[in-house]
Amino acid sequence: MYLFLEDSLLGEGILKGMAETARNFAGSFVSAERLTTVQYPEEREAPAENARVFPFLVFDTADAEAGLRCVACQICEKECPPKCIYIEKSKDKKPDYVGKQQFYPTRFDIDISVCMSCQICVEVCPFEAIKMDTQFELATTDRFGGLLLDRKELSRSNEYYHQIHPTEAAEVDARLAEEKAKADAKAKATADAAAAKAAMPPPAAKAAATEEGAGD
Amino acid sequence: MIDKMDQIFVLLQHWLVAFLPLSLQPVASVLLAVVAIVCVFPALFALTTVFERKGLARIQNRIGPNRVGPFGIMQPIADGIKSLTKEDIVPSIANAPVHFLAPVVLVVAVFMGFAVLPMGRNMVLVDMDAGLLFYFAMGASTEVSVFMAGWSSRNKYSLLGAMRAVAQMISYEVVLLLSSVSVVMIAGSLSLTKIVAAQSGYTGIFPHWYIFTPWGLVGFIMYAIAATAETNRSPFDLPEGESELVAGYHTEYSGFKFALFFLGEYLAMFSISGLGTTLFLGGWSAPFSFLTFIPSWIWFFSKLMMSIFVFIWMRGTLPRLRQDQLMNFAWKFVLPLTLLNLMVTALWRFMGEGWARWGVCSAILIAAYILMGRVGMYKEHFGPRRYRYAE
Repeated sequence: MYLFLEDSLLGEGILKGMAETARNFAGSFVSAERLTTVQYPEEREAPAENARVFPFLVFDTADAEAGLRCVACQICEKECPPKCIYIEKSKDKKPDYVGKQQFYPTRFDIDISVCMSCQICVEVCPFEAIKMDTQFELATTDRFGGLLLDRKELSRSNEYYHQIHPTEAAEVDARLAEEKAKADAKAKATADAAAAKAAMPPPAAKAAATEEGAGD
Repeated sequence: MIDKMDQIFVLLQHWLVAFLPLSLQPVASVLLAVVAIVCVFPALFALTTVFERKGLARIQNRIGPNRVGPFGIMQPIADGIKSLTKEDIVPSIANAPVHFLAPVVLVVAVFMGFAVLPMGRNMVLVDMDAGLLFYFAMGASTEVSVFMAGWSSRNKYSLLGAMRAVAQMISYEVVLLLSSVSVVMIAGSLSLTKIVAAQSGYTGIFPHWYIFTPWGLVGFIMYAIAATAETNRSPFDLPEGESELVAGYHTEYSGFKFALFFLGEYLAMFSISGLGTTLFLGGWSAPFSFLTFIPSWIWFFSKLMMSIFVFIWMRGTLPRLRQDQLMNFAWKFVLPLTLLNLMVTALWRFMGEGWARWGVCSAILIAAYILMGRVGMYKEHFGPRRYRYAE
């Protein structure tokens, strides 16, 4: 019969629970390793490598203006679910990391009060130009202007990227180096071919040159 | 000297009142006592809020509030300023007068309860012959304010919270009353000062508190359960179950009105602990005969704070009950056991002195506890269903 088969009395569980909480209560005063929380402004934990807050723009060389990887292709602007990115494309072009002539953003704004940290912009970017930052202390007294970050405020060096996401940054660098090597090899091949063509008779060279122009 | 310390507040009151003309003295002495109550208990409330947060934090292996002042002790001041400066929002379709009155009624009704509590030797505002009755009358009127708040807000969460609160408070009010009745049966008086006086003797060094008798212990446990439910404290905090009801009956309250509700709830907790102390824990009397030199009001307030600590401890331990569990517990377990306890108290009263009544009363109560714990709270355990035709 259940009357005698039950192994515990009514209220026994409550007493056990009370003993457990009492142990925690007393234990938290004597052993510091029990305390799991960090007293934030004074103590901080380094953010996890996978942490992500808001996007930033990566630049390569020492100059944030010239070295910006972004080519203003506007894919991130179109893909952004809450539409927090605003890009204005330049009229002129400048060479990118592989030396190809590219547009660049004259304006690149992210409204972080709208951004939802989804990382979709990072995933769609073909140029590894936009990455997620781990900086979270972004409180400001200016609710609108202060949360609208422009190109200058968004730019971070590749070294900074290596600092916050070392593994990911190394992969990206390897990929970019490979692409650059490929592009260099291709450029070299084209140059060689052009040189070879230059040695050939003029009509053929002329035809090759027009082909080259059409292909460009 | 010891007597002076014991009576220090009474003497202070007499000394202050003596400055006034004779015709004003009765009014002035009552006013002084009222002011003392109205100052002391809210101050205690302020301290309790921070100690509660710190205690709960320690139970969860955290540090708790430690920013405002040393060890966060000034936290209630910051909270108070915040609630005073916050916007007071009244819903446009709310019944404004009732919405405004609800927190006032709560706080007033709760404060009235303190009038009859003896907080030390000769320290009682009104020594009524039917003090206990007065206390319960006042305690029951807090339910009105809860329902006023829920109804006048015109918000479904508020109304549901108020419904739950009233159902719960009425269910447990019965238990609260019946468990106190056993004390009245033994003490033979409804006056709280007489009840304390009946417990103030000592056998050897041990006091004659009612908790140290079989019926008193059971009565005290039932009283404590009912008091927890009556003050809407965890694990019986369904009326403000934030996961399903936002905040229960005070969902539509903000700013200082909300603070008044908060104050009212804590004051109710103090007063109900004070009553429990008076009924079962000997009120202001010392726990051992050799400790009687410590002033009586210190004993009363330390017993009060111990009860508050247990309230906090329970809150840190137990999860919230479901509504049906709450009602089952009240009507199927607590109420029958309290009724039985009344019988046992009568038996205790008429068996006379001696060890026989200890044995008989304890045996009845323990047997009933085990039986009811097993049978009354038994729930059908459903296993996998089997169909004969499928076998």
